[in-house]
Amino acid sequence: MSTLEIRELHVAVEDKEILRGVNLTVTAGQTHAIMGPNGSGKSTLAYAIAGHPKYTITGGQVLLDGVDLLEMSVDERARAGLFLAMQYPVEVPGVSVSNFLRSAVTAVRGEAPKLREFAKDLKNGMDALSIDPAFAQRNLNEGFSGGEKKRHEILQMELLKPKIAVLDETDSGLDVDALRVVSEGINRFRASGETGVLLITHYTRILRYVKPDFVHVFAGGRIVEEGGPELAEKLEAEGYEQYTKASA
Amino acid sequence: MGLNEKPLSTLHEKASYDLADFEVPTGREEAWRFTPLSRLKGLHNGKAEPHGKVGAVAFAPEGVRVETVGRDDERIGKAYVPADRVSAQAYAAFEEALVVTVPKEAVPDESVSIKVKGQGGDGAAYGHTVIVVEPLAQATVVIEHEGSAVYADNVEFVVGEGATLKVVTLQEWDDDAVHVSHHHAQLAKDATFKSFAVTLGGDLVRLSPSVSYTAPGGDADLMGVYFVDAGQHLEHRLLVDHSQPNCKSNVDYRGALQGEDAHAVWIGDVIIRVEAEGTDTYELNRNLILTDGARADSVPNLEILTGEVAGAGHASASGRLDDEHLFYLQARGIPHDEARRLVVKGFLGQLIEKIEIEEIRERVMNAVEAELAR
Ligand SMILES: Nc1ncnc2c1ncn2[C@@H]1O[C@H](COP(=O)(O)OP(=O)(O)OP(=O)(O)O)[C@@H](O)[C@H]1O
Ligand SMILES: [Mg+2]
Repeated sequence: MSTLEIRELHVAVEDKEILRGVNLTVTAGQTHAIMGPNGSGKSTLAYAIAGHPKYTITGGQVLLDGVDLLEMSVDERARAGLFLAMQYPVEVPGVSVSNFLRSAVTAVRGEAPKLREFAKDLKNGMDALSIDPAFAQRNLNEGFSGGEKKRHEILQMELLKPKIAVLDETDSGLDVDALRVVSEGINRFRASGETGVLLITHYTRILRYVKPDFVHVFAGGRIVEEGGPELAEKLEAEGYEQYTKASA
Repeated sequence: MGLNEKPLSTLHEKASYDLADFEVPTGREEAWRFTPLSRLKGLHNGKAEPHGKVGAVAFAPEGVRVETVGRDDERIGKAYVPADRVSAQAYAAFEEALVVTVPKEAVPDESVSIKVKGQGGDGAAYGHTVIVVEPLAQATVVIEHEGSAVYADNVEFVVGEGATLKVVTLQEWDDDAVHVSHHHAQLAKDATFKSFAVTLGGDLVRLSPSVSYTAPGGDADLMGVYFVDAGQHLEHRLLVDHSQPNCKSNVDYRGALQGEDAHAVWIGDVIIRVEAEGTDTYELNRNLILTDGARADSVPNLEILTGEVAGAGHASASGRLDDEHLFYLQARGIPHDEARRLVVKGFLGQLIEKIEIEEIRERVMNAVEAELAR
């Protein structure tokens, strides 16, 4: 059973403190939703866990199965079983989707997948997410629509089979059909019960498809309230105002 | 400037067959300020001993004529007049020229291959090549350079009416080679010229591809990639001279630099003269600087002397690998070095994939991978 433990995490960007003591534990089989207003630090949390060079850890720990992730390079974290679906996936010119995916799968599994097997997995994965097979030959994220990028992030998650997935606003910018397709992908990923999900979102919409076990309210760089799925409904009705006031 | 006078270009005003018309460069001249003259082994000042050995062998498909001719052959110097001191030196000193002719309307099914090999030694060697593609013919020429040499040469591409010439030129010299070369294409009415330069090897390579038009409708596409390692100086100086109406040109060069004192120079001059109404041109140079200590000089010059252009633009960008690209790939488990290789290969590969001959395309891709693995 995998566990991601975030303990008293403090993070700064360009000398400005953004995260101010985040504590959160995600265990395999659980889905945690993080909700919070714009600029509250949700993406900062996601990027800091993944090791983006822009973010400086000024205190605290992040452990995956007891091992300190913060000591590892970005790629080591991914190979250790962490996955981050990004809010704004970057376009990489000249690197094809299929070449990229094969390199990623090879790195994470520690050996190159058999070509035929990989081609089959890729095709099935793309079918399940209603991604046109022609995307395999396109440059990574280049010219993808917002929704196509998000689906492609979920495809990567399904192929790489991480222990813990952090999904940063994977639902935003999706139309109803795409939201369903993406949610089904997340649910397939959760189905084994051996993986944990940390789902960052603004909206309860996705939580109707992907039922969370816990909901955390994020404001001013920390978690300010926690509860079950009912907390999401309350946020939907009342907004974040009470929390933003309190944290300001 | 009087009312009836045409404005003149300030670029490249000089051209002559006579070496004496060019002073020995000092390094302060615009044309020479980026080139380390001390590494030219005397090519620029007449001090190079002319006993170097460079062999050129041509393989041509049926229907294409290959001749080795003397200096007095009338086809030499028709399309191109030397435009700088080293070019004039090469013109003054070559002993034999290679003339390749693709006859009118011929469409050979294989490419013409010219292999230029330096045999080492101290002295300099000089060469001259004329490639004539007669009206309505279509041909592909691959010119490969390898070995060790101090070599200066001029290549004239004469592209006839409605003809198409595609050229790939590979500079895969040994580490100590010095090569200074002018490649001039002259395009007749409705002629198409596509060139692809790949420069990887050599201590100093200075390649100056230029294009001129003799009638409307010409279309020139000049592409190139280079990979500069520690200590190398790889310089590309492009000149497209639009002197006829309704012609097109497109220039796209990309390079990667890695290592201490790796130096790339790219000069992109485009002149659109008064007569050249309806010109459509774009030039682009991009450099990826992979390590500290490497330097890229990139200077696009667009000189527009007419008010009636269809399109004219240029862009130049030199920078580091994008951290966000590397982060994305690494966040998927791909180790840093491999992520870097993928991004650089992607950057150069986008141009390399435009090489139409599969065998050459793969060879260039493999060569770039080998450079990256160093
Ligand atoms: N380079 C930077 N310099 C200064 N401040 C930054 C920088 N990057 C991010 N920030 C600030 O950090 C704060 C948190 O940003 P973050 O992207 O984590 O918010 P978020 O909760 O993900 O917001 P959203 O809901 O809009 O995605 C914001 O106030 C943002 O302006
Ligand atoms: Mg965000």
